[in-house]
Amino acid sequence: MTKKSETTSVRRRIPFISEIIRNKTFYAMMLPGLLFIIVIYYLPMIGVVIAFQQYNPFKGITGSPWIGFKNFEFLFKSDALFQITFNTIFYNVVFIVLGIGLALVFAILIDEVGSRFLAGAYKSILLLPYLLSWVVAEYLLFSFLSVDRGIMNYLLQLFGVDPVQWYSEPSYWRYILPAAYVWKNVGYFAVIFAAGISGISTEFYEAAKIDGASKFQQALRITIPMLAPITITLVLLQTGKIFYAGFGDWGLFYNLPKESGVLFSATNVIDTYVYRALKTMGDFGMSSAVGLYQSCVGFVLVVASNYVIRRYDRDSSLF
Amino acid sequence: MNRLHVSKIALNISFMAYSALCLIPLLLVLSVSLTEEQSIFQHGYRLIPQNFSFDAYKYILMGNSPILRAYGVTIIVTAAGTLLHLIISSMFAYSLSRNEVKYRNIVSFLVVFCLLFSGGLVPWYILLSKYLHLKDTIFVLIVPYLVSSINVLIMRNFFRTIPDSIIESARIDGSGEFNTFVKLVIPLSTPVLATIGLFVAVFYWNDWFTAALFIENADLYTLQFLLQSIMNNIAFLQGNALTVKAAAMQPDETARMATCVLAVGPIVLTYPFLQKYFVKGLTLGAVKA
Repeated sequence: MTKKSETTSVRRRIPFISEIIRNKTFYAMMLPGLLFIIVIYYLPMIGVVIAFQQYNPFKGITGSPWIGFKNFEFLFKSDALFQITFNTIFYNVVFIVLGIGLALVFAILIDEVGSRFLAGAYKSILLLPYLLSWVVAEYLLFSFLSVDRGIMNYLLQLFGVDPVQWYSEPSYWRYILPAAYVWKNVGYFAVIFAAGISGISTEFYEAAKIDGASKFQQALRITIPMLAPITITLVLLQTGKIFYAGFGDWGLFYNLPKESGVLFSATNVIDTYVYRALKTMGDFGMSSAVGLYQSCVGFVLVVASNYVIRRYDRDSSLF
Repeated sequence: MNRLHVSKIALNISFMAYSALCLIPLLLVLSVSLTEEQSIFQHGYRLIPQNFSFDAYKYILMGNSPILRAYGVTIIVTAAGTLLHLIISSMFAYSLSRNEVKYRNIVSFLVVFCLLFSGGLVPWYILLSKYLHLKDTIFVLIVPYLVSSINVLIMRNFFRTIPDSIIESARIDGSGEFNTFVKLVIPLSTPVLATIGLFVAVFYWNDWFTAALFIENADLYTLQFLLQSIMNNIAFLQGNALTVKAAAMQPDETARMATCVLAVGPIVLTYPFLQKYFVKGLTLGAVKA
């Protein structure tokens, strides 16, 4: 038997290999990306085992001793867990409701300003903060709230009000953080909604006008229901980010309050907690236990909300 | 009719007020950076400089200030990161968009699953620093973000809309699959690649987090990380964190704000020209797995 016919028979017997050979160019193009997600996304998923270890950076994952649920025990006994879980959920619910709700209002109103040029200009200006980093936002906020030099205290003094110690009173931050979130993200959501609105057929509105519906009724009965799929997708994606250890918006909690320890009761969330535990204490075991807790809650949350949405409106679900 | 007019004017005034709210913080920082240090101590931050001065910019751009180096690092990271991201992701997405690729659905699932579950920060940190040895190298600022699930899905959905007949005809003309991709598919996809590229570039430019985790060598500070460091410790601007403040006359406050202006400058200056691509790009965002 010649070598050539031998390989052909192997090809025929193993469909995997024959598929790879047939589409070798495509699989070669796939390879760098696939390798990347396996290494950068999937290897760390195996790495969650260090939550059950007393991790030693010198010994690595294979050499560190196993300690079972000790890391979690410590975590569940501390007061911090309740506080950071509460803050994480509290802020994200406020963010999603305020951010997406206001964006919906803006997107509907922006179409009514009566000039395409102005509508475009508003959209562009509203989107600008979305492109700035939270570090830059920290500077912008500081120029307003700085106790002795900020504009806010200057204005308060003009009206005869005593200056406020913004960076040492936690209760203000329950309002400042959502305001900052809206400031940075509302334009982003509004532009997405505006694109959705421009996709709605004008026939609906014409029919409504003939029936004598007011602008407000049109928005309530046509625009908002037609935007429901986009709204659901946005809410789902934002929900996914809550517990995702996202590399996105937690800079808000880390940078804006300038690491002021007095404010932690109102500004510490799971992401900042994990980051500080890793960065300042170097406590790998405990911080990865929090991380695993976060990933699991997030996974359940997204899958559950997707399941609910899938039951009512199949087309709007993520998967 | 008149009532309608009044409500339109009211609406425009509200939008203008909100637009001002988006722009004033930036103007305030710009104004502080152009104020004389002494007048900051006397009057605090003002929207219009009381005593106009370029001292802060002179101070941070001359001498051995680390800001120019940080600019260099950030530009290299942004350019290399964006280019590599587009190359790897578009090839990946294209192979997932072709129906003849039998395992495309399994691999697509692997991509989608990354959106749902992650190993968390700590294993990711250990992987990059201990096993891939990327700590304190410029690569750590680029490598972790070369593929993003959501961008791959957006690109894949776009590639699917390219008619099969075009690709088929190239095949009949004897063009190889990779050649078809480079010569035909890429030129047809420039809008989607351009918008994704813009968002990726903004991400790399704004990334402070990776440097905060992995970079200790002051030569590899990115602009955003330098900015974050000097918020709490102005000494970083002197290029050496241990330098004791030599003279009281250094324009610390204004230099800090000037660094901030330099960090956002490129984004704000190019934004008017690019804004329509950003706005368009967001409409691509509604992806389905």
